[in-house]
Formats: sequence, structure tokens, C-alpha cells
Amino acid sequence: MNGQYLDFEKPIIDLEKKIRDMKDFASGESIELIREIQLLEKRRDRLQEEIYSRLTRWQRVQLARHPLRPHSMDYISLLSTDFVELHGDRNFRDDKAVIGGFGKIDGKPVLFIGQQKGRDTKQNLYHNFGMMHPEGYRKALRLMQLASRFKRPIVILIDTPGAFPGIGAEERGQAEAIARNLREMSRLKVPIIISVVGEGASGGALGIGIGDRVLMLENSWYSVISPEGCAAILWRDSSRASQAAEALRLTAFDLIELKVIDRIIPEPLGGAHRNNKESADILKREILKDIEELSLFSVEELRRKRIEKFRNMGVFLKENHLFPDKEIGTDT
Amino acid sequence: MEWFKKTKGGPLPQQKKEIPNGLWTKCESCGEIIYVKELEKALWVCHSCNFHFRIKSKDYIELLLDEGVLEEFDRELVSTDPLKFKDSKKYPDRIRDSRNKTGLNDAVTAGIGKIDGKEISFAVMDFGFIGGSMGSVVGEKIARAIERSLERKIPLVIVSCSGGARMQEGILSLMQMAKTSALLALLYEANIPFISVLTNPTTAGVMASYASLGDVVIAEPKALLGFAGPRVIQQTISQELPPGFQSSEFFLEHGFLDKVVERKNLKKTISLLLDYLTPQGS
Repeated sequence: MNGQYLDFEKPIIDLEKKIRDMKDFASGESIELIREIQLLEKRRDRLQEEIYSRLTRWQRVQLARHPLRPHSMDYISLLSTDFVELHGDRNFRDDKAVIGGFGKIDGKPVLFIGQQKGRDTKQNLYHNFGMMHPEGYRKALRLMQLASRFKRPIVILIDTPGAFPGIGAEERGQAEAIARNLREMSRLKVPIIISVVGEGASGGALGIGIGDRVLMLENSWYSVISPEGCAAILWRDSSRASQAAEALRLTAFDLIELKVIDRIIPEPLGGAHRNNKESADILKREILKDIEELSLFSVEELRRKRIEKFRNMGVFLKENHLFPDKEIGTDT
Repeated sequence: MEWFKKTKGGPLPQQKKEIPNGLWTKCESCGEIIYVKELEKALWVCHSCNFHFRIKSKDYIELLLDEGVLEEFDRELVSTDPLKFKDSKKYPDRIRDSRNKTGLNDAVTAGIGKIDGKEISFAVMDFGFIGGSMGSVVGEKIARAIERSLERKIPLVIVSCSGGARMQEGILSLMQMAKTSALLALLYEANIPFISVLTNPTTAGVMASYASLGDVVIAEPKALLGFAGPRVIQQTISQELPPGFQSSEFFLEHGFLDKVVERKNLKKTISLLLDYLTPQGS
């Protein structure tokens, strides 16, 4: 990482700079120079396609954390109108790591819930790096139950490095807050569309992650543990995160294969940060499609299908021969 | 304990020699040397400091269920290796070793049993099997235990003991939290009681799903309970953790536990709670 771009982005960024410089210099005069520029642009496109067609899992993790990547509030501003933010869990305080409020997508009212990261240190401290406390999960649930009562679909944007691990978080029941959300979100009476837009780390992400559709942006990740956390446990060395990312199979493409998510949302070539508007437009189209489809179901159907969806996740075998049944509980 | 450190290499090995293997053991908490037979009689609770030694899932079956009998279901479910996960050991090898060591097929045993004549759907976790971690098999067996409660309209009792989700099954382990909690929504709406019993330790993915969702949540004394591991918290905030942090007593104090119950009183307490939560004449 070097300031505003990733190491593997550098050749493209360098070429782009060269093209810009030449354009400034040429100002439409020399045909030779214009042809040179066109050649460079072709080279850039080829290079970009080459680099982005074979991204490693770790490179996607890096893109998901890109310093310029659009965050939840960017998406909300770009794909909705008349957003009214609502605050607080009515119990302890307002958790700034998560944003909630009503807005309109193409005139259709929805509730947005989104984990929010900052762009610089000051903002990051304000939003606690998108790491929620129990009051954040309770704020989200309060708003979702409000949406459920007034029949507004819920759109959730996930982008968190994890639920916050701290003394206060434990004192106020981080585990209970997440667990309750898992159960209560299963019971909500309106369509819920989840979209992982950046990082989806563990219970911190899942705590607002129960829905009728679960989508992932092309360069986001979603896993039981962060690559760093996994590396620290496996090899006592968090610098082996790239290796852990491979082992964890945490990309959108992996999760489609594992039947955990419904669809992958494409990003502009080079990643969402190369064109925020286009990224938001694509996401908006996908969300609208789901809202429309899901609005056809009755409340009971919706809830039954939602519960079934998660109930069927997991992979296991049936085996009878390896361990002949012993009667359990009788000590012989 | 100071004299212990100073005489490094001195009395310690000698003392070890004096304890014939298996006859005596040392309390992990207070260091008291205890006669194993006595400890067994005391349900593996230290007579000196009340420390609850970790016991196996079959011990809880013995302790809690009438005649110590569980009609076991779903024993044939076993893990596969959906991620082809390899760390220092291949995941299938880790599973095989745990199966050989514990005689269990995975970290939870589930079925139907009775407590003082009352039929319940029962599940109990075993820390000996990869730290009681929850992968697809644990999630599925818990899910089926919930479904048995629903079908037969009998209460659910789960004894948890787990370090959380099983990393080796990646996202699928995480989704077991969603799976079990989603089914608990149905149990909740059906007004069928669920008593969650927490033992040392119950943390992370298990604590942040079904273990927290009991209509009543009780725990053995001094169990480690929480979401994040103490080491992770310490690294994140770089300050000392307060004494007793993330213990059963801490949970009780902060309102996330109904009661701390000693092992010898577990059955009696669960039985009473089942009576209170079962409608008259049903």
C-alpha cells in the first residue's frame, strides 16, 4: 500500500499519469502524439484487464479495504434521495459505527442500515472504524422493527472489520446483541436485502446479516474470521494474512460456490473506487430487482423462505460404519 | 505461590513423582492436591475453592438426564472438508484424531431424554472435540434438536461448551449461527421453553447465537463467557482487563445471565424451571 493506491494498481496508475501528462502537453496539435496516447490507452486497458482478471483472494481483500473505496454513506447518497438519518438504541447511546435511516430508491421508501467507516483518522475514530458495539446492533434492530411495523423493505450494507472487542462491549453484552439480531431479523415481516460492499468480518457482519437475499460486491469479502485473525491463530503471525485469505475462501466467488450468497454484484473494472457513481448504479439496479421480486411474497412465505434459506446452509456427510453405536451415558 | 517460583526445578518434579498417575490431581484454580475418587464424587468440583473442572459431554448426560440415558439422534453426521482447509494439519486429519481421542463424531451430542420424568430435546457440547467448535455438523445437530422440540412440543435444553465457530469450515461455520438462531425464532414463537446452560468456556460464535437465546440462561460458576477472546480484547485496547472479566459472575452482574448454578444443583434447577415454563394441563 502506497498512499492512495495498492501495489498491484501501480502500473495502471503510472500509465494513467503518463497519458494525462501527454494529453496536457499535446493539447490536440500533433497527430503523432495523439496516436501515441491512443496506444498508451489501449495498453492501459489491456493491462487493467490482465491484472483484474486474475486477482488473488488477498488482492480482493485489499480492494475491499481500498482507501478510496465507496463506503455505506457514499452508496446511500448516490442511490437514494431524501435520506433521513435516525439515531440511537433508546437504551445506552448512538453507535456511530452504523448508520440507519429512511430514504427513497427510485421513489420507493426503504430503510437503510449500513456499517460506516471513515476516510481519515479523525473520521475513523468517530465511526470506530466501522466496528459496532452492542448498542449499534440494538439501534439497527430498533430501526428494522420500525420498518417492519410500517412495511418498508430493509436494505443493509455490510462493511466492517468486526464487532468491537472491548471491555464496554462485553459489559453491555456484545454476544447477546448479535444473537438477538439473528433471531429477530428472522422474524421481520418485510423484505430484507443484504449487500456486502466491503469487508464482512464474522459475527460483526452477520449481526446485521440475516435477509431474504444476500449479495456481495465483486471485490468484497465475507468470512468467519479476518485473514489477520486467522493467521494469528494458525501461525501466530498475522503477517501471513495473504495465506490465510486463500485458506478461508472468502471472496464472493467462493461464497457463491458454497451456496451462502445469492448473487455477485459486478464492479467497474479496477474496483468500485474507480467509479463510485457507476458502482452505486449497478447496486441500485440489483436492489430494485430484489425488492420487486420479494414484494410478491406474503409475509408468511417471506419469513418461511428466509428461515429455510439459512436452515439449509452447511455441508456434512452421513456415515454409519466408522463408529458403531455405543449406548451413550452408560459407563461400562 | 511465590515459594513455588523461587524453587524452580526443586520440589516440583519431586512432588510430581509422589502423585501416582491418575490417583491424585491438582486443582487448576487453587493448586489444591485432590484425590481423584473424591473429586469424581464431588462431580469434579474442587472442595477447597469450588472450581468446576471441565467434564465431558457424557458426564452431563449422566448428571442431568434420568438414569443417565439419552436416546441419541444424528450420531451418523460427520464433517467433510468443504474448504480443503490446511494449516499445520489437514482438517480431515484433525477430525479423525478428535474422533479417535473422544469417541465422538463431532463436538455435540443430541437426542431425547428426561429430566425428572419430563421429556426434553437435549444437546450437549464437548470441548475435547476441537475446542467444542461449531462447524456444519454441530449446527445441523443443534438445528435438528430445535426441530425435535418443535415437532414434539417438548422443551429444549442445550449445554454449551465451545470456543466458537470452527475456522476450518470458514463461512459455513459462521452461517451455523444464523441457521440455529433462525430456527430458534420458530421455537420462540411457539412458546416452547429453551433453557441454555453455559459451561467453561462458552464464547464467540456459540455465545453470539443459540447459547445467548435461552428463555432462561444459566451458567456454572467461574466459566469464561463472552464474545471476543480476552487476548484479542487486550491487544485491541492495550490495557489490563479487570479481575473477573468475562466470568459467569461478570455476566450475572451485567444482566446477561439469569443465575449462576453449581453443578450439583443443575438438574434440580433445570427441572424447576421446566415446571415453571410449562403451561398447566399441557
